[in-house]
Amino acid sequence: MSHKLIDLVNLSKSYGSNVVLDEMNLYIRENEFLTLLGPSGCGKTTTLRIIGGFETPDKGQVIFDNQDITKLPPNKRQLNTVFQKYALFTHMTIAENIAFGLKIKNKSKAYIDDKIKYALKLVNLDGFGSRIPDSLSGGQQQRIAIARAIVNEPKVLLLDEPLGALDLKLRQDMQYELIRLKNELGITFIYVTHDQEEALTMSDTIVVMNQGYIQQIGSPEDIYNEPENAFVADFIGDSNIISSTMVHDELVEILGTKFTCVDKGFGTNRPVDVVIRPEDVELVAPANGTIQGTVTHIIFKGVHYEMEVMANGFEWLVHSTKLHAVGEHVGIQVDPFNIQIMNKPASEDEEAVSVDE
Amino acid sequence: MNKNKKWMATPYFIWSIAFIIIPLCMVFYYGLTDKTGAFTLENIIAITTEEHWKALWLSLLLSTISTLLCILLAYPLAMILCNASINQDGFLVLIFILPMWMNFLLRTLAWQTLLEKTGVINSILSALHLPSLNIINTPYAIILGMVYNFLPFMVLPIYNSLSKIDRNVVNAARDLGANNVQTFTKVILPLSLPGVISGITMVFVPALTTFVISNLLGGSKILLIGNVIEQEFTQTNNWNLGSGLSIILMIFIIISIVISTITDKDGEGNSL
Repeated sequence: MSHKLIDLVNLSKSYGSNVVLDEMNLYIRENEFLTLLGPSGCGKTTTLRIIGGFETPDKGQVIFDNQDITKLPPNKRQLNTVFQKYALFTHMTIAENIAFGLKIKNKSKAYIDDKIKYALKLVNLDGFGSRIPDSLSGGQQQRIAIARAIVNEPKVLLLDEPLGALDLKLRQDMQYELIRLKNELGITFIYVTHDQEEALTMSDTIVVMNQGYIQQIGSPEDIYNEPENAFVADFIGDSNIISSTMVHDELVEILGTKFTCVDKGFGTNRPVDVVIRPEDVELVAPANGTIQGTVTHIIFKGVHYEMEVMANGFEWLVHSTKLHAVGEHVGIQVDPFNIQIMNKPASEDEEAVSVDE
Repeated sequence: MNKNKKWMATPYFIWSIAFIIIPLCMVFYYGLTDKTGAFTLENIIAITTEEHWKALWLSLLLSTISTLLCILLAYPLAMILCNASINQDGFLVLIFILPMWMNFLLRTLAWQTLLEKTGVINSILSALHLPSLNIINTPYAIILGMVYNFLPFMVLPIYNSLSKIDRNVVNAARDLGANNVQTFTKVILPLSLPGVISGITMVFVPALTTFVISNLLGGSKILLIGNVIEQEFTQTNNWNLGSGLSIILMIFIIISIVISTITDKDGEGNSL
């Protein structure tokens, strides 16, 4: 594994009585695409602003390349930020915007001109140099903001919900664009978003945050398939979260019916949370199902049908390409490895317990 | 606009004819005729007499100095007001606008009382055995009066344009390597220029045309172009000459407004 480029040690930050970050520990490896994901107010943007130098933590340190940069002002840090809503300089042309950082560093005119050309080509906006920011569309302005940041050859690019203001199609295009850029530049990206799909598409590592605590760190596959708690399961994609009892290893009682699973080590007769993804719930003939229920709602979603099935007093959310009519009696079956067992939080507070690596 | 709603503009139409167009026409009529009503350019050319052009020159000089002083005072003040932690709930802004709501004449009279030879300030100075301040009836007192009276008109537009700058644009400049000074000169100042220009118009024009401030703080010795025009109307009763000089003054006002409109392309600072 490549070495730790940024190390956040025991970061705490509060505004008045509002605790935004509490003893947060996280490291970011060189050349990693790391996404901070969570609902608004979870502390993800504050974390990014602390790395960028726009906020000072109340406690803790920011280590960059083995140096403590906690108190270093933003203009002395070897990283650049792409801001929400672009933050372009409206009184300058596109070329002047891109050249801003280079002119500050007193680079030669030839070097700057070369860089502008290269950066515009990189973001597919050749020939836009003499335009002014207001004459560009939102997506184009966003690309310029990226170009303006990367010409400075930062070691790390910080992106604060950069695609938030774009429409769906453009957002998807820009996601691929960002992945391509990251691969071409070979630098570290730290990306902040509340959009789970964006996070799953682009990231090497996802950090799920809630209420100032890290809930889970892992690859997109880990986060999606093996959420560590109900919050992560609920936040990432749709899911059926059912309060259940772990009878013993590899056997769980869900809604009064025993299901075989693959998880071990939860003890015997322990209350647990079970998460089953809607696409993992199989609808079969009533006789073949582990439990039986009745279809209550159907919504056509394009790729699949979203159905709700009432069984054993629980509304099961089911995604399937096969249509079952409302009122139809069906059996429900779940493969053992698709049943994900999670510890129940002992109290409300512990729901947001920090998960240190 | 919808045809049916056009009639709603009628009161404003009548207003502007009665109180703007007709008076302007009368100024031009009087300005371009003599006492018998015959056409003449004499009233306009009258600006070339020494008494008149000296008054105009002094007016231009004092209002330019006042405007510059207003910028120097207002810009840092506006920046302080924009600092959210100091200006909580806009309370500080309120304090600075408050004098604007009090009568302009009253405030100028107050300065007269303060600055008089035996006024409040000199009483305090002599009680402290300090040399007395003799600026009443000098151009300095007029500049003081202008700056004091017109400062809010400079602070507000600058404050307005500064507070509209996205916090992240400033952060972006810092992020791209600019230090505090570079961030100010390359980003904050250019983005706030529309406010400065709008403030210049709002201070320069009333300062150029004032006669109350110069009357009260300049005594009768210092004549600004406003005083000359006032005297032609109220004392000499020569409306023709007064109107002729007003036309000259109007030309200077129009020039200053045209300059500011050209410079302020976006019209951003004119929100007041």
